[in-house]
Amino acid sequence: MAQVNLRNVVKRFGPLQVVHGVDLDINDNEFVVLVGPSGCGKSTTLRMIAGLEAISEGEIAIGDRVVNDLPPRHRNISMVFQNYALYPHMSVRENLGFSLEIAKKPKAEIDKAVDEAAEILSLTDYMDRKPGALSGGQRQRVAMGRAIVRHPDVFLFDEPLSNLDAKLRTQMRTEIKKLHQKVNSTIVYVTHDQVEAMTLADRIVIMRDGYIEQVGTPLEVFEAPANTFVATFIGSPPMNLLTGRVAADMISLEGGLKVAVPDQYRANVSEGQDVVLGFRADNLMPVGHAMPMEGAFAELEMTVNLSEPLGTETLLFTSIADKEIQAKMLNPRPVASGEKLSFQLDLTRCHLFDAETQNSLRSN
Amino acid sequence: MDENLQHRLRARTVKYLQLFALFIAMAIICIPGLWVVLNSFRPTVEIMAKPPVWIPQNLSLDHYRAMFGGVGEGGVPVMRYFTNSLIISVTSTIIAILVGMAGGYAFARYRFRGKAAIFIGLMLTRAVPGVSLSLPLFIVMAKTGLIDTHIGLILVYVALNVPFTIWLIDGFFRQIPAELAEAAEIDGCTRWQAFWKVEFPVARAGVASAGIFAFLTSWNEYALASQLTRSTFSKTMPVGLRDFTSEFTINWGGMCALAVLMIIPALILTFLVQKHLIAGLTFGGVKG
Ligand SMILES: Nc1ncnc2c1ncn2[C@@H]1O[C@H](COP(=O)(O)OP(=O)(O)OP(=O)(O)O)[C@@H](O)[C@H]1O
Ligand SMILES: [Mg+2]
Repeated sequence: MAQVNLRNVVKRFGPLQVVHGVDLDINDNEFVVLVGPSGCGKSTTLRMIAGLEAISEGEIAIGDRVVNDLPPRHRNISMVFQNYALYPHMSVRENLGFSLEIAKKPKAEIDKAVDEAAEILSLTDYMDRKPGALSGGQRQRVAMGRAIVRHPDVFLFDEPLSNLDAKLRTQMRTEIKKLHQKVNSTIVYVTHDQVEAMTLADRIVIMRDGYIEQVGTPLEVFEAPANTFVATFIGSPPMNLLTGRVAADMISLEGGLKVAVPDQYRANVSEGQDVVLGFRADNLMPVGHAMPMEGAFAELEMTVNLSEPLGTETLLFTSIADKEIQAKMLNPRPVASGEKLSFQLDLTRCHLFDAETQNSLRSN
Repeated sequence: MDENLQHRLRARTVKYLQLFALFIAMAIICIPGLWVVLNSFRPTVEIMAKPPVWIPQNLSLDHYRAMFGGVGEGGVPVMRYFTNSLIISVTSTIIAILVGMAGGYAFARYRFRGKAAIFIGLMLTRAVPGVSLSLPLFIVMAKTGLIDTHIGLILVYVALNVPFTIWLIDGFFRQIPAELAEAAEIDGCTRWQAFWKVEFPVARAGVASAGIFAFLTSWNEYALASQLTRSTFSKTMPVGLRDFTSEFTINWGGMCALAVLMIIPALILTFLVQKHLIAGLTFGGVKG
């Protein structure tokens, strides 16, 4: 059991710097998810924790030990790879027991640990097969089994579910969550799927271009995104963003619209400031098909370009100043393209960002 | 006519044409070999007969008996040649495989300065015809006193084989995902253990096929060996074939008998590892 601390960790590949001074403290038993678009340095960060990639600058500690120069085998970690990396020449049993075999543990102990892991992951029926004769989901389980038999301090997962089909992915997601509760250890999990991040994480780390953009619980990053990048990256559909300028407690938005500065931001904006107003589809709903709005709201008249019925709700695509805006309709009725509807925008749930820095104007 | 029948007939015709083409190709490849085997068992008169005698009239082991017989009665030091061939081929193959594995692995896994240039350089050596090296090699070997020694030929064959084994083995290691060794390292292996316990077993088929190619190259090589060997001390079997030529005559039967002895070990070896050889050359099923 161990915490993981990254201090100003930098990674350069030759002249190319891909991770720029990452600081991160992961608590004991915490499930932390690194999420971000492709190429942002998630895998590289994970591989530096694993010891598969040397760090160019900074310090990584696992437990109370600085592990900067320790090879992977001395870090007491396990890793599940995206392509599983099962040993193709060994049976499932041998795959599971390999790490204990290398550690020269007694046969009886290996068998016990392997059977236990197989039990947890329902692999008992396939123990003598080679990985080549397993389905994707079974391989995935073996990869996880191989990780848990050695009771590591830290589990590292690099997009372990991305090779599975949608249904299996949801299923394995739940299993990973259960597994975390069962094995009780620190997990660092990399994904570019924000749904996976939201559902699994105790805390989410959002990365972009080798920088950490925000660290927080799923609810924190959803409800209080630190900047426009996080705002659009977390949540589906992505947050709507409109630029505008503050004038006399009102924001004049592109397209000629005007809304009041939301109360919670009033103290933090100045006259004439360029801002970005952000709101989620859930906070823009047609009159008569909306949640009852308790605080301040604005009314806008908009044309629906397209509607996507999802069953309990319908997603409406409209536009303001040629920017696509998504809204939601509760208790839906059929909506024709081109229909004009009157929408309510819940101002209490709006986000305001500085147009220049793209950072949130929320007071902390 | 029924459409299905038409297609069935066409498919069948194509299949027979393919079989016929295969037969022709195999005949072209096999008949010289069969002719050699056949000639080793029949009297010189029949071998030299014109028009050729296809169906052997009387078979005997005379050529073999003579070959193993004393010098002067048509005998040649077969066992000596065989031992020389074996020592030289096996040793040079082992060295070529060890070097090829180290080199191939380095090319497949590591980034280093001048990698592409070195690789192209290695491949270019394959473009140089072996015989064109015979004079320079002869001079070098003569100066270093390695003419007519096992070591001399072993060195030459290692040099001849290493580029090819590196190229082949590099290809096999390249197909093994790097994560396999990384997973092994995380599971507690050193770099060295990760190689021997995971990457090598997975690439074994490939290494075996590289070994076969290297062995056969050394076993069959004639041009350089004929220059660099002088006496029974180092002559290999292909060179030994020349013992059957004298100033005015060629003992075709004896030559064929020795050739058969040469072919047998190569055949046995190929049969033993053919499963690996095919697996190595097609190389599937590593993924996952
Ligand atoms: N060995 C390497 N040499 C040079 N550049 C590399 C190397 N490995 C990764 N990079 C670069 O580092 C950056 C980060 O890569 P990384 O694999 O960490 O991204 P990622 O966030 O995991 O993306 P993905 O979601 O696609 O897996 C990328 O721009 C990549 O091109
Ligand atoms: Mg990655």
